[in-house]
Amino acid sequence: MNRPTLPDGLVIIVKRECATCVMVVPVIEELINGPLPVTVFVQDDPTFPESLARIHDADLSMSWHYDIETVPTVLRIENGIEVARTVGWMRDEWLKITGLSSLGVELPDFRPGCGSLSVDPDLVDELRVRFGVSALAARRVEVADAEDEFEAMFDRGWTDGLPVVPPTEQRVLRMLTGTTRQPTDVVAIVPPDLVEITVEKVAINAVMAGCKPEYLPWVIAALEAVCNDTFNIHGVLATTMPVGPVIVCNGPGTRAIGMNSGMNVFGQGNRANLTIGRAVQLIIRNIGGGRPGEVDRATHGNPGKLSFCFAEDELGTPWTTLSESRGISRTTDAVTVFPGEGPRCVVDQLARDPESLTNTFAACLRTLHNPKSVLAFDAIVVMGPEHARVYADAGWDRDRVLSEIHARLQIPGSELIRGANGIAEGVPTHLSGMTLPKFRPGGLLLVHAGGGAGLFSAIIGGWANGDIGSQPVTREVRA
Amino acid sequence: MTTSAHRFVLDPTNERRASTMERVGRPTSLKGLTVGLLDISKARGDVFIDRLEERLSEMGADVKRYKKPTFTKPAPVDLRHEISINCQVVIEALAD
Repeated sequence: MNRPTLPDGLVIIVKRECATCVMVVPVIEELINGPLPVTVFVQDDPTFPESLARIHDADLSMSWHYDIETVPTVLRIENGIEVARTVGWMRDEWLKITGLSSLGVELPDFRPGCGSLSVDPDLVDELRVRFGVSALAARRVEVADAEDEFEAMFDRGWTDGLPVVPPTEQRVLRMLTGTTRQPTDVVAIVPPDLVEITVEKVAINAVMAGCKPEYLPWVIAALEAVCNDTFNIHGVLATTMPVGPVIVCNGPGTRAIGMNSGMNVFGQGNRANLTIGRAVQLIIRNIGGGRPGEVDRATHGNPGKLSFCFAEDELGTPWTTLSESRGISRTTDAVTVFPGEGPRCVVDQLARDPESLTNTFAACLRTLHNPKSVLAFDAIVVMGPEHARVYADAGWDRDRVLSEIHARLQIPGSELIRGANGIAEGVPTHLSGMTLPKFRPGGLLLVHAGGGAGLFSAIIGGWANGDIGSQPVTREVRA
Repeated sequence: MTTSAHRFVLDPTNERRASTMERVGRPTSLKGLTVGLLDISKARGDVFIDRLEERLSEMGADVKRYKKPTFTKPAPVDLRHEISINCQVVIEALAD
């Protein structure tokens, strides 16, 4: 919609709800008798001011197009162009803009104005759409009057099996307020179809996932982190193994957006945790074209493929954080992505010394995927606070914990070769004389998270690691 | 044609495919099925569709008639939806 033209002279925008606007009505009456033509626009009540001719800015077109943020606003228009404006009631400013020497002598010198209806938070999304400020490029898909909009999303194959929020233009524009990036910016090339994704398309899928605008930079960072040759989301999607992108979030922003790093950290109930991970997976589906049964060939999958995203408990950790260990400052927001299966629990309620507890971790980690598989898979150890306290009391830092676990997972090749212990699975027999580590160097990640009660931790197993599979990737989150 | 406020959503996909939904498979028999006959509003199309209705009714089909407001435009979304929930089969006739 085009910007309306304004008549020359003074244009004054008011609303009845504003006490300052009511107060200045006698001043406007004085101006009507002055040398300049006066045009009054009212935003709310078309009968206000009763004593004056006025135009009802019913659709707020005039207020929107002239960026009216406060009422009253006085515009001075010459040859159709705004040459001056003042807001609220300041006698000196009103005198200057009107060229008069006396105005509103009964009034105080100054009264602040009120918010314009055109910047009312309840209206602004709708106005943004109505007046065509949006330059969104996505195809518009019409939903029939008698069609249930939630069913329509399912019918078009856009969901992960749960209902999604219909991505209306208003909602997408609101989502885009969460980033400083332009809607047309390309964020990544999304496998398996290798399609460029713009910030706009990220926002559409983030709306559908249920994100708030402040989550959008996290979704963008996670997407950047998975869509590259190092993380290899194509392989993570296509593999028959039960893995999906696990997103570990670090930095003060995790607390600002209300992420859960504590009780039930992998579970239900936290909007940010659940919707950030879900948005990434919806994008793989809708933009990348990665759907179960098509390129996604998972034998079982896991429920975390809907969303598996959580924050590290940074305030409670006795150690450096995961992102710090990967070169990012503790004050910087970051995501680390890992190709992970569902979490499994490590129970040790008796250990009060770090050696004993480490023996438990090593024994549990030994079984990952197969007790005889070595070097092929990485894992995240998510240490619960009650286990971490055992290490903290003993003065073990992050490196010590990991190196002690590694030291207990040096396994004689004779236990690992094919056929050993009656298990066909295993390493080639010529390796029987070697000692092999369960994990490659750097193949164990350590995160501190979980509720304050319970002598439990968790292990998240990975899939094919290194150049043939996936490497964990850490990316900064930028607004 | 009058419509109430249109509802639109933004396409979340890569837009490499049409946003329309997949067709269902062809039935082996029309007996007992509801067949929608969509007249596109072009002259004498109704002559053809009248005859189709006779033949389909003889075959045991339940026939419902629909009409586009104008042949120059695609069928409105509400009409498409109405046909989709009432009919198992649709025949769109063009006469020229």
